[in-house]
Parts: sequence; C-alpha cells; structure tokens
Amino acid sequence: MYWNQKIECMPTGELKKLQYEGLKQLVERLYSFNTFYHDKMKAANVRPNDITSLSDISKLPFMNKSDLRDNYPTKMFTSPRKDVVRYHVSSGTTGKPTLVGYTQNDIDFWTESLARALTSIGIGDGDAIQVSYGYGLFTGGLGLHYGAEKVGATVLPASTGNTERQLELMIDLEITAIACTPSYLVHMGDVAKKMGISMQKDTKLRKAVLGAEPWSDNMRSHIEKELGIKAYDIYGTSEISGPMFTECKEKKGIHVWGDIAIMEIIDPDTEESLGPGQEGELVMTVLKKEAMPMIRYRIKDLTMIMDSECGCGRTSPRIRRITGRSDDMLIIRGINVFPSQVEHTLMQIPEVCGQYMIVVDREGALDYMTVQVELRPEAFSDKVDDMLKLKRRISNELKKYLNVAVEAELMAPGSLPRFEGKAKRVVDRRKL
Amino acid sequence: MTDEYMIKQLSIFINNEPGRLAQIAAALKECDINIKAFNIAESSGFGVFRAIVDDPDRAYKELSKKGIIVKETNVIAIPMMDRPGGLLEVSRAIGDAKINIEYGYAYSGNGKASFFFRVDDATAAVGKLLASGIRVLKGNEI
Repeated sequence: MYWNQKIECMPTGELKKLQYEGLKQLVERLYSFNTFYHDKMKAANVRPNDITSLSDISKLPFMNKSDLRDNYPTKMFTSPRKDVVRYHVSSGTTGKPTLVGYTQNDIDFWTESLARALTSIGIGDGDAIQVSYGYGLFTGGLGLHYGAEKVGATVLPASTGNTERQLELMIDLEITAIACTPSYLVHMGDVAKKMGISMQKDTKLRKAVLGAEPWSDNMRSHIEKELGIKAYDIYGTSEISGPMFTECKEKKGIHVWGDIAIMEIIDPDTEESLGPGQEGELVMTVLKKEAMPMIRYRIKDLTMIMDSECGCGRTSPRIRRITGRSDDMLIIRGINVFPSQVEHTLMQIPEVCGQYMIVVDREGALDYMTVQVELRPEAFSDKVDDMLKLKRRISNELKKYLNVAVEAELMAPGSLPRFEGKAKRVVDRRKL
Repeated sequence: MTDEYMIKQLSIFINNEPGRLAQIAAALKECDINIKAFNIAESSGFGVFRAIVDDPDRAYKELSKKGIIVKETNVIAIPMMDRPGGLLEVSRAIGDAKINIEYGYAYSGNGKASFFFRVDDATAAVGKLLASGIRVLKGNEI
C-alpha cells in the first residue's frame, strides 16, 4: 500500500531531476524576494545561475539554529502574515525560543509526508491512533494529528500526562496505534503492569510510531516483546516542519521523501560532504517550504544515508536511526535542552555563580535532570528553610525556561569540577 | 545593652556527599578552632553545619579564606540544669516570654549544660528574657 505511489516509487533519475528543479526554483525565489537569503547567498558569492546541477547545492551557504535566533521572531519569514496559518515554538540555544511558521501549503505537504509515512507502516482507515505527543507549541501532537486524520484513522488527541487515564481510554476505544516518545511508551507499559492491565491481552494496540528522542534497536526489541506490538522510528525537527518521516514495515531506515527534502551528510568539523554509508551530520534542504524556507539547514543529528534499494519498493533515500548529536543538545522526555539555556537561566539568578553541572538519569522509563550549581557565599543562610526556598526558586526558573522538570542542587563554591579548555558540563547516565 | 549576650554561631554550607563533614572538620582543626557545640541540619542535597566555637571572629576569617561558605549569626544561650526537667524549665521560660525558636541545640558536659537557639530578632528576645528574670549567658561565659 502506497499513499502516493508515483512519487514514492519514482525512478531515482526522475526523482533527482525533480529535486534539481525544486532547488533551482527555491533559490531563484529566495535570491530575488527575500533579504535574509539574498544577503546570505551574496556573502557566499553564489547566484541562482551558479546552480546548474543538483550537486551545486554544495555552493550554497549552510543555515544554523543561530540564524533562527538572530532573526527572531519573523525576520526570516518569506510569507506575509496573512498567509501564515500557524506557528510552532521549540527550544532556542539561549534567550529566545525558536519560532517556525507555516502557510496552508506548508501544513499540507507536512501532512502529505506523514500520510505517506503512516501508510508505509500500515496505519490507515480503520485504525484508531492515540497521539500522546504534546499538543501545543511542540510540533509532535498536531503534526501526527493531521497526518493520521489524512489517512482516515480515528485520532484520540491524548497529548501527554495522566497515564492511567490514557490506558483506560486505550482499552475503551480499542486503540490500535500510538504515537509518543519511546520512553513514554515504556512508562505506560510499567504503569499498565501496576494497574494489572496486560498490554497484549487487554488492549488492541498493535503499532507504535516512536520518536522525538534517541532510542536504540535494543529498546525496540524490548518494547515489541513486552507489549506485543510493532514499533517504528519517526524523524523530524520543528525547523523542517516537525515529525515527518518514518521507517516503513521493513524497518531498515527512515524514508525521506525526495520531492520534499534534499539530504546531505557532512563531516561536522570540516563541513565536507560525505557519501552514503558514511556517518556524519545531517543537513536538510526543504524544497516545499513557503513561510520559512530551509536551505542546507544543519540539524546536527548524526546519521548516515542509506541508498540501497528498500524491500518495500519505495525509491526515496533513507537515513539510519539517529545515533547522537554533533553539538551538546540533550533530549529530556522528548524536549530539546541546550546546556547554554541552563547557563543563560542561571546567569539571571544572583545567588548562584556560573559554575554548574547537568546530570541526567533515567529511572524506570523516565528522564530526570538535575542541575548542580555553586552557591554564592552572600546567598548562604543558616536557616534551611531559606535555602530550600532558593533551591525551589532555581528549579522553577529552570523549569519555566526549559519546559522540563529540573531539580536544582545547591553546591558549595569550588566543589564542582573546573575545566581548562572545553567544559564538560553534562553527565548523561542514561542507557538507551 | 544586649550586645554582650549575643553568641556568634558559625554556619557552614556542606554538600551532601561522603567526606564533606570531615573536610570541614579538618579545616577547623588546621585553624586550631575548638568546637563547643554543634548540630547538622540536613536537607535534600545539602546540609548546614552550625557550631559554637571559641574565637568565632578568627574562625570566620580563616574559614572564609579557605573558600568555605561560612556565616556568622547571633544566637542566644541559656544555662540548663543537667537533670530531668532541665529542658522543660528553659523551654517553658522561652515560651512564656512569647519567643519563637527557629532552631536550637544543646551542649552538656562537665556537669553544666546550655541551650543555644536561634530566633528572628535576637536583641529583642534577649531583652524579653532578661526582663522576665531569666539568666542568659554572655559571650565570654561560653
């Protein structure tokens, strides 16, 4: 079953031609009509006429998260507000968050991408899917929601939290598929066990679309065996729209639709282009974006391109499961967290100094983040109550800013490690 | 004047890790500071070590120099009888004077005992205690 067989099974040569035409149009449009992209191309000394083949993409300058930060909120938008139908917001590296915008066409191709993906894993008409990604600023909930409705599935917009109620609804509504983070599904399984519910016998759950955080094939085997389901990897980031691409039933890499995006893999240090089968940093150019085009966006996820034929018959190139990051971004319960955000928050709190350590642990299936921070001598009180208030205030400030629960731990000055050169302020004890 | 009744307590911030108290104790020993009474308040992730020492001003300076977070706070000391009911007499007197204790601890040895306690306003509290005829220890009596 294909959603769009013509595109999904298009011969590679034709697909590449389509990509080249898409790229050419995109570059011409942006060079002529948008200051940000025009200046960026000019600075890189490249003009639309320099793009005469698909491989000429390497002449174009990279984009980074800092471009989104520097142009916050809408300076990079290439559509007027009357054409922008939605915003989503994700973590920025410091200060301001990252804002992304969508035209109706942007929502439509995002939905189309997910419709193809869900169809490739056999979710469609007759399925009831529980979307347990966060609804709201995060792209996960609404993205999956639209995609699942498109393929004719019945959507339960469960969002996150209240696991007991989610399980009750899963049983009552005979839910057949779920979309959430892999760790949340494991947590659900744990809670079900405690409630005396057998996921295999008491629910109709058969498929899971899991992503928004790194996971492993070991974790997949564990989930599939424990819950008696098939689990598929989904990939995307808000900058390219949101979650967009999944594995097909073959589970041999994530299909990235060629008419929507051009992928490159680069060496994160030298920025040199790497070939299929070589691990590096994923760079994406989204051909169809209108409100906020992305050309050669450095996502900073580490993966490799697999261009071998897939058993499903789809011709689009695939990427291997994401194995890590080329920067220091952490993913805590599906939320992106940059150590620089922690630092930025702590700088606003006069009672602490700039020395800190981030410790991440996983208890059961859930992530726990602790920020150890050195106290300034003037802020010390002999009353434990005062200290606890300070600790709570720091935890709340961090939570407010990072959108994820954080436990602050007060430390004596000089007790945290000092670094010469590049600081290693993250201790990640999670085993995936 | 109630100044002479102010007992300077040292409070030290300690990380909640094995060996941290020994580190503080070693610093006190290096500075040749004798501890008369102390207690440890523990909380999630950290502790506060509070102590009555001889020569608190010198101790404060030397510990600060070592990069240890230390704070001087005025507390009040009342002598207690080292026998059953000793604490009752003292605490009842403090309560009758309508003074709220934030925290407290005791010293007992050589046949004498003292109750050290922290209040919101030490000067006012000492005034009330003296007015009620309760014996309050002076700094040089510790």
